[in-house]
Amino acid sequence: MYRYDEFDHQFVRDRTNQFRNQADRRLKGELTEEEFRPLRLMNGLYLQLHAYMLRVAIPYGTLSSRQMRQLAFIADKWDKGYGHFTTRQNIQYNWIKLEDTADILDALAEVEMHAIQTSGNCIRNVTTDHWAGAAADEIADPRPVGELLRQWSSLHPEFSYLPRKFKIAVTGAPNDRAAVKVHDIGLRLHKNAEGAVGWEVIVGGGLGRTPMVGVTVRDFLPEHELIGYLEAIMRVYNLYGRRDNKYKARIKILVHELGAEKFKSEVEAEYARRPHASTEVEERELKRIAAYFAAPQLEKLPRWSAAFEEAKLKSPDFARWAKNNLGPHHADGYAIVNISLKPDGGIPGDATSDQMRVMADLAERYSFDELRVSHAQNIVLPHVKKDDLFAIWQALQGADLAAANYGLAGDIIACPGLDYCALATARSIPISQSISRKFANSARQDEIGKLKINISGCINACGHHHVGHIGILGLDKKGEEYYQITLGGSSAENASIGTILGPGFAGHEVADAIETILDTYLKLREPDEEFLAAYRRVGPKPFKEALYATA
Amino acid sequence: MPLLKNNTLISDTWIHAGVDGELPNAGDVIVPFVRLLKEWESLSQRDGKLGVELGNVDRAEALSMFLPRLSAVILPFPAFNDGRAYSIARQLREMGYRGELRATGNVLPDQLQLMLQVGFDTFDIGERFPLSTWQQASKQMSLAYQRGLFRRGSEAEIWTERHTDAEPWLEQPHAG
Repeated sequence: MYRYDEFDHQFVRDRTNQFRNQADRRLKGELTEEEFRPLRLMNGLYLQLHAYMLRVAIPYGTLSSRQMRQLAFIADKWDKGYGHFTTRQNIQYNWIKLEDTADILDALAEVEMHAIQTSGNCIRNVTTDHWAGAAADEIADPRPVGELLRQWSSLHPEFSYLPRKFKIAVTGAPNDRAAVKVHDIGLRLHKNAEGAVGWEVIVGGGLGRTPMVGVTVRDFLPEHELIGYLEAIMRVYNLYGRRDNKYKARIKILVHELGAEKFKSEVEAEYARRPHASTEVEERELKRIAAYFAAPQLEKLPRWSAAFEEAKLKSPDFARWAKNNLGPHHADGYAIVNISLKPDGGIPGDATSDQMRVMADLAERYSFDELRVSHAQNIVLPHVKKDDLFAIWQALQGADLAAANYGLAGDIIACPGLDYCALATARSIPISQSISRKFANSARQDEIGKLKINISGCINACGHHHVGHIGILGLDKKGEEYYQITLGGSSAENASIGTILGPGFAGHEVADAIETILDTYLKLREPDEEFLAAYRRVGPKPFKEALYATA
Repeated sequence: MPLLKNNTLISDTWIHAGVDGELPNAGDVIVPFVRLLKEWESLSQRDGKLGVELGNVDRAEALSMFLPRLSAVILPFPAFNDGRAYSIARQLREMGYRGELRATGNVLPDQLQLMLQVGFDTFDIGERFPLSTWQQASKQMSLAYQRGLFRRGSEAEIWTERHTDAEPWLEQPHAG
């Protein structure tokens, strides 16, 4: 894992002091709320419905046990004993006081963390594959580039007041778990026939009101050119992105309005003009960073673990969890453990401070001290010996963390919705809970198989409903919440935007509607055909008929 | 209106001309970009220094042929969160422009250091904040990660410091 050096420490210290000064000036009335707003937002502090909300950056979703314990400490000391892991691999605290914020930032700095640029019209926390460095299908660990981009984008003087927020995602694997095609910039690693690696640069994807799949502007950019090239993209966006309408201000609209070819030629012209003669420093910096991400000292183990196989035979519950919640590790005898933060009827992504400490302890003991936050709002232990899986599962069970629904109907992504968020038009959490309860029966979930249900409480789409296999969008119609259902979205390598099925449903009807859709799927699917594949084969018609025939 | 330059207050000695109307025979004059285009012949012949006020929707390249003759470029911030002028300023510095680069409009202390880093050296600051606030604001961060910025003596570029023996990316003399 990356460790701060003296410069990184000093940088975060300066920034925290700066914020302490700004917050003092605001508390004394020397700054108006309007002037303070962009300053607090650049430090992750939002004013929500009931209180301030602090969003803490978890760069590329990677945490050490010590950091996770500090997050638990903050939850206990300054919040209500829990935190909410987000779809951007961050954590949010929903009950923060302005006068405590600088102290919280100090507590974060102690463990090499911060809340810089988790909000505002700037480059946000860089996200990546939550299985990075562990996945069997990976070409290379994308986190060194993630860290390079974190540093480069931190308080970038030219790009701190962009037309709108800016999100970058990076993946080093062909199976895209980082949703790179629906980010402002997505970077995907490729290896060519000679064995050299280069980055595909995808620009202009995004969700929100106008969902779009990004376009590729470079197929194979050499790694040392990344910073220079991204500066050119950012500059074109900063200069020409729309500022007249905040709903048309994301880079996807610029790419769309200029056309992909014209946009690309602007970027190439800017790139050619920049005096980036030598990239030696970037190359060296990337090498320096990469050394921190060296693979852990894994043991040479047989592929087959007798202890693991025996435990599965003895405990069907463990066997089911193991079937659903493990990912393929690149090393024999190891597995990736996906801890679901989606207990039946629970709030997606929430964890109590006690749960955080349990996960931290497990990571320290069994997973080289490392945890990951996934964009699906779960936690990952990346490097676990198969021999240890049963002990881990038992510990998770004791902490209500053993939901065996990873990747299934119960593994729902949801934004905080109207329960917390000032922008929301409808509640998300109760809808998620009602669906989760409906499918609480594990045999039923297993029968349905791989499924992504995503819920957003407004058209800003923080729950990424456009790319859910089943997407649910909460809206307001004359003071009543109602929910639109879309089918067929995906954020994976074959990304697609879901299609609206028809008229919306009242909140209490949504879970039944999802059940009707899934019953329809079960009737028409071919052997082993997953929901998304079935939908792509048959289209919306049978689902529409089933949902609206009796209405 | 006082200007901030090198952390001190100075007075504006430039004559600000409109889109049309008589120009004084002598003295340093700043004209809007449209006038520069229209009256370039006569303006370039004139005694005294010449400056231009660019819009933030104008392109930096459009100024390239005039730059050698220009001693001041003014870029506007219609709102503090309209960040276009940051890019234009940096472009002008990258094009080799070394004259005065002035920020005007909604210029606030909390953005001052960012403006300095992209190459602004003079600031139209109004009278709301005391000089000490501006002086403090100019050095809140002692470090920056990005390379190729304009730096004050106290500020360091982290990547450059970490790799001091590597070839520099782009020599940037101190602004102002």
